[in-house]
Amino acid sequence: MSDVTATSGRGFWDNSGGRSGLAAWIFSTDHKRIGLMYFWSIVIFFLVGVMLGLLIRLELIAPGVNFLGAQRYNATFTLHGVIMIFLFIIPGVPAAFGNLVMPIQIGAEDVAFPRLNLASFWFYAIGATLALVSLFTAGGAPDTGWTFYVPFSTRTTTNVSLAVFAVFILGFSGILTGMNFLTTVHRLRAPGMTWTRLPLFTWSLYATAWVQVLATPVLAITLVLIMAERLVGTGLFDPASGGDPIMYQHLFWIYSHPAVYIMILPAMGVISDIIPVFARKPVFGYKAIAISSIAIAAAGSLVWGHHMFTSGMSDMAVLVFSLLTFIVAIPSAIKVFNWVSTLYKGSIRLDPPMVYALSFVLLFSIGGLGGLILGAPGTDVHVHDTYFVVGHFHYVMFGGTGFAFFAAMHYWLPKYYGRTYNKKVALWAWGLMFIGFNFLYMPMQILGMQGMPRRYYDYVPKFADLNLLATISSWVLAAGLLLMFANVFYGLFRGKPFGTNPWGGASLEWTATATPPLLENFTEEPIVTHGPYDFKQAGVRADD
Amino acid sequence: MTEQHKDYTGAKLGMWLFLFTELILFGGLFILYGVYLNRYPQEFITGGGELNVWFGGGNTLVLLTSSLTVAMSISALQRGNRSLCVKLLVATIAMALLFLVNKYFEWSAKIHHGIYPGAPSLQEGPPGESVFFGLYYLTTGLHGLHVLIGAGILTWVMFLVRSGKVNGDDFVTLENAGLYWHLVDLIWIFLFPLYYLVL
Repeated sequence: MSDVTATSGRGFWDNSGGRSGLAAWIFSTDHKRIGLMYFWSIVIFFLVGVMLGLLIRLELIAPGVNFLGAQRYNATFTLHGVIMIFLFIIPGVPAAFGNLVMPIQIGAEDVAFPRLNLASFWFYAIGATLALVSLFTAGGAPDTGWTFYVPFSTRTTTNVSLAVFAVFILGFSGILTGMNFLTTVHRLRAPGMTWTRLPLFTWSLYATAWVQVLATPVLAITLVLIMAERLVGTGLFDPASGGDPIMYQHLFWIYSHPAVYIMILPAMGVISDIIPVFARKPVFGYKAIAISSIAIAAAGSLVWGHHMFTSGMSDMAVLVFSLLTFIVAIPSAIKVFNWVSTLYKGSIRLDPPMVYALSFVLLFSIGGLGGLILGAPGTDVHVHDTYFVVGHFHYVMFGGTGFAFFAAMHYWLPKYYGRTYNKKVALWAWGLMFIGFNFLYMPMQILGMQGMPRRYYDYVPKFADLNLLATISSWVLAAGLLLMFANVFYGLFRGKPFGTNPWGGASLEWTATATPPLLENFTEEPIVTHGPYDFKQAGVRADD
Repeated sequence: MTEQHKDYTGAKLGMWLFLFTELILFGGLFILYGVYLNRYPQEFITGGGELNVWFGGGNTLVLLTSSLTVAMSISALQRGNRSLCVKLLVATIAMALLFLVNKYFEWSAKIHHGIYPGAPSLQEGPPGESVFFGLYYLTTGLHGLHVLIGAGILTWVMFLVRSGKVNGDDFVTLENAGLYWHLVDLIWIFLFPLYYLVL
């Protein structure tokens, strides 16, 4: 594979399509440039979301009104939720790293519809802008929580209509990306890239894309209904005119529960790609991991009712949704066991991507097991709407998807810049984050068990100690995040050169492309002769 | 760069996926219809009785015919008859506009009788009726919007056909526009009986 190491200059960076400056980016249909635009926008919104999260913790540092007060607290947690969910976690791994990596992994020059891909990014940018505009116009920042529950969302005087419209536009972006990725995986695989030779990251994106395409339209119609409710008063969710607010909850969760699989599946794909490379062993149970992605996507579409156990649904519905929820745990556990089995007798290298990936497995398992407590109707009634839910959600979403995003960042991003970060600093940053993370969210789970409700700016004094601990830990976590980003970003622009395949990966993005990859990725169409984790057959080794 | 990578099957696949999303978008409204029909059968029957079958039936006829003309326009282009293709597309677009004009008169008659979302007469009546008409306006309104978008797309494709960019060898854009138009038609085929006939 020495022919690909002969790189001329800076790969796709040298080829700006005849445009210069900003135009070389915002009009580029190159999947790598689009991926990087997503990455940087997503990181910026993530940091804004982190600031809002820190503000929430600051208000909760002690009982009583501290910094924000009730109304601003409501607006802050709504924004934190909307930004983190719709602008960071949902597009995070699939839009940023999916665009950067997936076409190369399957041996394609680009995605199936490059211009549509650019349009997706524009929709993302427009949606994000509208979301920001909604904060400062009309009635001010929405205060409904990210779920926009009726009847409050149809009555509040804050700027819900615009925020909802922004999310609608963001949904478009997701649908178009999903369609694009599905078509790409079906149509543009290189010769020899059979379905059982697809890297597991691509498999997970494929499953995710189906969820995006099939679930997002339900969100779209739900948001249209809120807008209609606010603008013309159709009354479909208003009991006074015969509507039923519970129907809103059903429609909302028909999308929003599958949406958590849009968030977690690509993250699992990242982990499935990283662990074998750093354990120097072919992944254990390739087919089981690939099929479990599809199984999670399918089963996960049928469990939305577990968000509504206390809404007054019939007991029969509660039991059915609970059973289906437990079924989702099976494919999730299959993945965890396969990752652990891959590690068994591996020759493990604790490089930064691997450390982030391993902490994903631990944190996701803690969060996932907490999910079973919430999925059982009996225990759910006790912890419903408490801090246990907040803790659980952050364990799976931040400890899961967030850490996978960081793992992907440490694993793939240097490939696209040709320079890399300092490994030691990356590990220190991970240590800070890991400690801060657990001492922030574990207290939340305990507080929830003790009965502290979520979404209030105040609490009774007996919860003070653990809240103080959580707030202090939020600073440790933030310090770790800052150190991690500073180290990676400095490294990408000023760091040591990054070779073609320093991690010793066997999938095409490592074996068949230059660093940084060229425009249209390959000098000639690759012919695939082995699986993505057959390190011996690929003849690859990690650099020391 | 994108021109040299024409992939007929890929383009069709992408379009079909998009059509799924449209079906599911309307699916949300059909779910609400099912649930509320189950809850307020009597009010739905009363509400459905007030809809004018002639307007609905006329529009069904118009849309079905327009589906025929768009399908014929594709065949015409495949056989190399560009001017016939353009004529058939113009006919399709004209029927789309006729549909909307028809809808306009139907809606304004209803609104004239004080039946519109949030109308006082509805709010005083039984709750189920206001839900029925809320759904009726939302569903037919969203469908009308799709008719408008479809007409826009067909107009755009018609210009592409006229300029020769879409032609007998490369007609997937026209075919996809036709698919979209059939979808708009198909949704109406379900809307019409649900609101005008079965109640």
